[in-house]
Amino acid sequence: MNESIHVNNQHEAVMASKGILGLKLGMTQVWDAEGRMVPVTVIEAGPCRVVQMKTPERDGYSAVQLSFGETKASRLNKPKLGHLALADAPPSRTLVELRVDDLSGFEVGMVIKADVFASGEKVDATGLSKGRGFSGAMQRHNFSGQNATHGNNKKHRSPGSVGACATPSRVFKGKKMAGQWGNTRVTTLNLTVVEGDSERNLILVKGAVPGATGGLVFLRNAVKADVK
Amino acid sequence: MNRLDLVDRASLRDDIPEFAPGDTLKVHVRVIEGSRERVQVFQGAVIRRQGGGLQETFTVRKVSFGVGVERTFPVHTPTIAKIEVITRGDVRRAKLYYLRDRVGKSAKIKEKRDR
Repeated sequence: MNESIHVNNQHEAVMASKGILGLKLGMTQVWDAEGRMVPVTVIEAGPCRVVQMKTPERDGYSAVQLSFGETKASRLNKPKLGHLALADAPPSRTLVELRVDDLSGFEVGMVIKADVFASGEKVDATGLSKGRGFSGAMQRHNFSGQNATHGNNKKHRSPGSVGACATPSRVFKGKKMAGQWGNTRVTTLNLTVVEGDSERNLILVKGAVPGATGGLVFLRNAVKADVK
Repeated sequence: MNRLDLVDRASLRDDIPEFAPGDTLKVHVRVIEGSRERVQVFQGAVIRRQGGGLQETFTVRKVSFGVGVERTFPVHTPTIAKIEVITRGDVRRAKLYYLRDRVGKSAKIKEKRDR
């Protein structure tokens, strides 16, 4: 990224230092101390287990690998079972890496619970957005479409012109058109944690989180928090 | 959705009396002015109850100095100190929007008589 843009945004990208995996349970609301309504997404988070440490010496980068959830041992193959057994982790289908700078706070076999995030902390939430399939420009990009009448023939929902003529004699990259919408990995930055409850394994995050109810959500502490 | 109901349960209030559209209520609202907190009373007729669970809200209408005033409250909001039911109204619909077009005697709600 351009250096000047970097400064203007007052953002300094830092690497995450903690993260947790969870399932999105849906949205509801809670009251804050002043009696105001706060919309929250409820995430059933953790317990996660640190399964492996990626070190710069061996892997060329530093990260921790987390496992989440439990499944039947018969549903996993032997290499994966063995990999999980090294960390004393239950059989799990979900393995996710969290890039961290400092590995000193982690060890293999460590359990991460929902109380890693206290209320008021800023987090980034990653999920798989709801898939809408192949959608037209009206649905996907809020285009207006064309006239219903005035001599229009079979072009009511088309995007219209996609560019100029002999110059440049091509369509620019990134032109908004019809295509696959959703079912992509989406990260929402800087959401506020309302509550982290390790007893019930619940994290309440203010606002919406990408993905459908029941979908996998990855939370990490905010990497682009405002520098004040 | 059961897991979500467990989250909601903590915010639900159980000290709200039963009331329905047509009833006249005194709603005691906590108002914070600077550092001081006081209770303000809003008295009027319930013209609607909508939503369910934690999201349920109700609307109270009163005529103040000739101007109709409506306030909508969440049923379970902590800003309500107390709800008093003054009268039970005898009405035939769930949403009493027709009261907005009426003044004087025709805007009165019949009181419910015990069986």
